[in-house]
Amino acid sequence: MAEIRATPGRGWVESVRRFFDGDIWYSFTRSPMTMAAGAVTFLYFFLAAFGPWVAPHDPFDLASITLLDASLPPAWLEYGDPRFLLGTDIQGRDMLSAIIYGSRVSLLIGFASVILSLVLGVGLGLISGFVGGAVDAFIMRVAEVQLSFPSILVALLINGVLRGVLDVQNQADLAYAVLILSIGLSNWVQFARTVRGSTMVERNKEYVQAAHVIGISPALIMWRHILPNVLGPVLVIATIQLALAIISEATLSFLGVGLPPTEPSLGTLIRVGNDYLFSGEWWITIFPGAALALLVLAVNLLGDWLRDALNPKLR
Amino acid sequence: MAEAIAKTREARAKIRDAGGREVAMLKVQGLKRYFDVSAPWLNRVIERQPKQILRAVDGIDFEIGQGETFGLVGESGCGKSTVARLIVGLYGPTDGSIELEGRDIAGLSRQQMAPMRRRLQMIFQDPYASLNPRWRVRDIIAEPIRAFGLAQGQAAIDAKVGDLLETVKLTARDGEKFPHEFSGGQRQRISIARALASEPEFLVCDEPTSALDVSVQAQILNLMKDLQRAFGLTYLFISHNLAVVYHISDRVGVMYLGKLVEVAPAKTLFATPRHPYTRLLLDTIPDLDMTGRERMPVAGEVPNPINPPSGCTFHPRCPFANDRCRAEIPQPRPLGDGAIVSCHGIEEGRIPDGPTLQAPARPEGLV
Repeated sequence: MAEIRATPGRGWVESVRRFFDGDIWYSFTRSPMTMAAGAVTFLYFFLAAFGPWVAPHDPFDLASITLLDASLPPAWLEYGDPRFLLGTDIQGRDMLSAIIYGSRVSLLIGFASVILSLVLGVGLGLISGFVGGAVDAFIMRVAEVQLSFPSILVALLINGVLRGVLDVQNQADLAYAVLILSIGLSNWVQFARTVRGSTMVERNKEYVQAAHVIGISPALIMWRHILPNVLGPVLVIATIQLALAIISEATLSFLGVGLPPTEPSLGTLIRVGNDYLFSGEWWITIFPGAALALLVLAVNLLGDWLRDALNPKLR
Repeated sequence: MAEAIAKTREARAKIRDAGGREVAMLKVQGLKRYFDVSAPWLNRVIERQPKQILRAVDGIDFEIGQGETFGLVGESGCGKSTVARLIVGLYGPTDGSIELEGRDIAGLSRQQMAPMRRRLQMIFQDPYASLNPRWRVRDIIAEPIRAFGLAQGQAAIDAKVGDLLETVKLTARDGEKFPHEFSGGQRQRISIARALASEPEFLVCDEPTSALDVSVQAQILNLMKDLQRAFGLTYLFISHNLAVVYHISDRVGVMYLGKLVEVAPAKTLFATPRHPYTRLLLDTIPDLDMTGRERMPVAGEVPNPINPPSGCTFHPRCPFANDRCRAEIPQPRPLGDGAIVSCHGIEEGRIPDGPTLQAPARPEGLV
């Protein structure tokens, strides 16, 4: 066996080589839709990471904004200005730049809140499934109560409480934290339930019993033996939850309890533009909306593909 | 390796207690394990159901001497595996004692158990489930070495893992691979290497060959016999393959519904089975020679251990049962030739001696 294969290497070079040699990469290259979704997602990530260098204008630089440029339509329409490809809003900000900066905010909050709910959900799910008994019952009842409300309602509730406690109006950083907390805390249940289920299967397997016989402590068994074996589905859920978190953020911002207009996310842009939709300046709300829809669709398609690619029963 | 082997054999001279008397490697007394399988409390109250207790192991006694192989046989669900898990501490016993080299280990906490664990390891039934699929083989085998601090430094651990892999007839390079790159037999070798890594004296083997291909079973059994000779290991060998048990065990215990019905030296048990259940079991061994011996058809099934029959639990299937068997629980009684049997009929002498049986054929490839 060993003789046929090349000497097994170590380190990340080998891991990368294996990845491009593996089933997942193969299935990725066989699906044009997934590749397109991957390209779009990559584009958004790129724009988010390098926004300030890529965007044609800085929409927050008050010195470069003039009211003379306000409410210009997209460049290809009559009265359009080639400097502003997607038009400008009523304060004369370039829509394209605002969307790039907005996606940056949306992705940041999406990622941070998914990481929060992932850590929380995986941790609670592991403990729940491994310990069982009263601990399990308690955690799962809390999860079920939370699951019986729409998650956006839970997020609104947490958001409202936090805003009541903290002075959010005057501190933009706090607004980020409040959004991340409220979205993260409202979405951990999916992770917890999935991880709990897989943990209950894994904990009865003989390799876990073997670790018990060696005398490894329960905490280490959870961390070293069970966790790596239950993480597969978590990756898939995390991808799909990323799309949901971005939508939740947009919803909260649209409802006016998200980020302030001074630091607009895609949701804030849509809300602000919504006021001018019927007075003819449709581009102020339609373009951020389309950008949001495209991002969420791409991430969702990636998540769907990942679910199928990692599911051995569908291969 | 040879040096290490000589050293272990020396160290494994007869175990003696404080008074200088020899003590058994393992002594189990009145061991019981009940499981509560009742419906949830609310359902019980509403549906007026009583608590349901499953008596998986219901009071068994046996001893295993140093360097001995004790076979444990019985139908599925009779409690064999529960006994194995009780001994290695995966379950706490409901009652009774488990003495390893004279020290009671029953119901010890994880910390209290720690010094004894190294000497007591287990080989599992399913080699596809007993190795963590995400770990490399070298990490799997090194886990006990690290846990018990048996080697210091990466180089020493690697060397020890390599030695162990060669002991079970794999190569040191196999340590780099993942479990899915091996066949069932090879995985079971890895599992044995892990069990040996802590240099144990006593191995509990829970049907170590039953998940394997017949052609591989003999290889694993031969390996286990070699290791026993080399390291002076003591085995508790659980199986439902009677021919294998006959050829590998020194003494055999027959379990039925959580109780030991007969314990005897392997040769005695297979030549002159006493308990009606043992006779029934031995009649199920396929016989290629077709000696024309009259066989008892296997009647009935193992009763539900939640609600076992009164008296002797075997009476509904026993052709010799009478009123006493239905009412009174038989106690284990030693017979002259080392056999211990729990049966009213044998005690009263009303069950006729069966014919002396031929030993079961040696499984192909078993040395």
